[in-house]
Amino acid sequence: MEFLKIFGKKQTSSSVAKDRLKLLLIHDRANCSSEILEMLKSDIIQVISNYMEIDKEGLDIQISQARSEESNAVVPVLYANIPIKNMRKASNS
Amino acid sequence: MSEVIVITSGKGGVGKTTTTANLGTGLALAEKKVALIDADIGLRNLDVVMGLENRIVYDLVDVVEGHCRVRQALIKDKRYSGMFLLPAAQTRDKNAISPEQMQKLCETLKEDFDYILVDCPAGIEQGFKNAIAGADRAIVVTTPEVSAVRDADRIIGLLEANDLRNPKLLVNRVKADMVKRGDMMAIEDVMEILAVDIIGVVPDDDQIVVSSNRGEPAVTDPNSLAGQAYRNITKRIMGEEVPLLNLEEHQGFMQRLKKMFGLSV
Repeated sequence: MEFLKIFGKKQTSSSVAKDRLKLLLIHDRANCSSEILEMLKSDIIQVISNYMEIDKEGLDIQISQARSEESNAVVPVLYANIPIKNMRKASNS
Repeated sequence: MSEVIVITSGKGGVGKTTTTANLGTGLALAEKKVALIDADIGLRNLDVVMGLENRIVYDLVDVVEGHCRVRQALIKDKRYSGMFLLPAAQTRDKNAISPEQMQKLCETLKEDFDYILVDCPAGIEQGFKNAIAGADRAIVVTTPEVSAVRDADRIIGLLEANDLRNPKLLVNRVKADMVKRGDMMAIEDVMEILAVDIIGVVPDDDQIVVSSNRGEPAVTDPNSLAGQAYRNITKRIMGEEVPLLNLEEHQGFMQRLKKMFGLSV
């Protein structure tokens, strides 16, 4: 077993547990507020549509995780990919 | 000022009942008037952990249905002054009482007791809703395992949604040697993940099994490390500031002691 330690530093099971939990809770917590996410999505569509034409079908909004630049802790982030169809507002064209 | 504290966890088998018994006994030893309510209707256990199973006449459901008065159902624990138990009904189910009835009962008990501890059933259904109905504060029990911490997070969310703000975390069954090896999440990890205040850490202690065999809570045993942890938590409930138990230090001491007597560790 010793040679394994030389070739690759194995992650301790406690840090595996911690990482799994962090991801798990992001999903759990986000699931609790799927309605809120839906509401947020429609609000975002509404606001951006005031300025430009966007692809509502291709819109992707989700909660995922990222490492914070300040504290180096894993924090939840709102990820949004909003394809623009036309830079000008639809009604203007 | 009287307080109703609910002991809850979400996941079963993490030590809610043992915690309730020990904290209740600890408060009674500190000269407080304590009532323990077993809210786990259909799966009553607090009576056994307390060693009071042979003295049950009436139960929680009898009280809320008006078959007897609260005082008749409360079992006085003769070993500790000011300590009473209201047992759960064994042959009924969680729907036998409502949150409103539970709230009313807690209000009644507040007139006579300093602390009312409610042992909550596992799960997030009716039994949970009943148990938290009359509570002023909540203690969430967890162990350093992925499943237990996950359920604790869910419970914390539900408590806050029910206006039980700022629940306190109790991390149970911590094995200092495993934490040191990196094979068990440390208290800091659990605290970071759940982002709540901690009220105490209880080490994994064989003495807990012995004490529940006998029906005598470990908090009364001066030699039990878990008992010491429970005594500290009792003080924190009463508003005293006590530093967290350093489990590694004690572990080292115990190992040294065992080595001294030639026992393998």
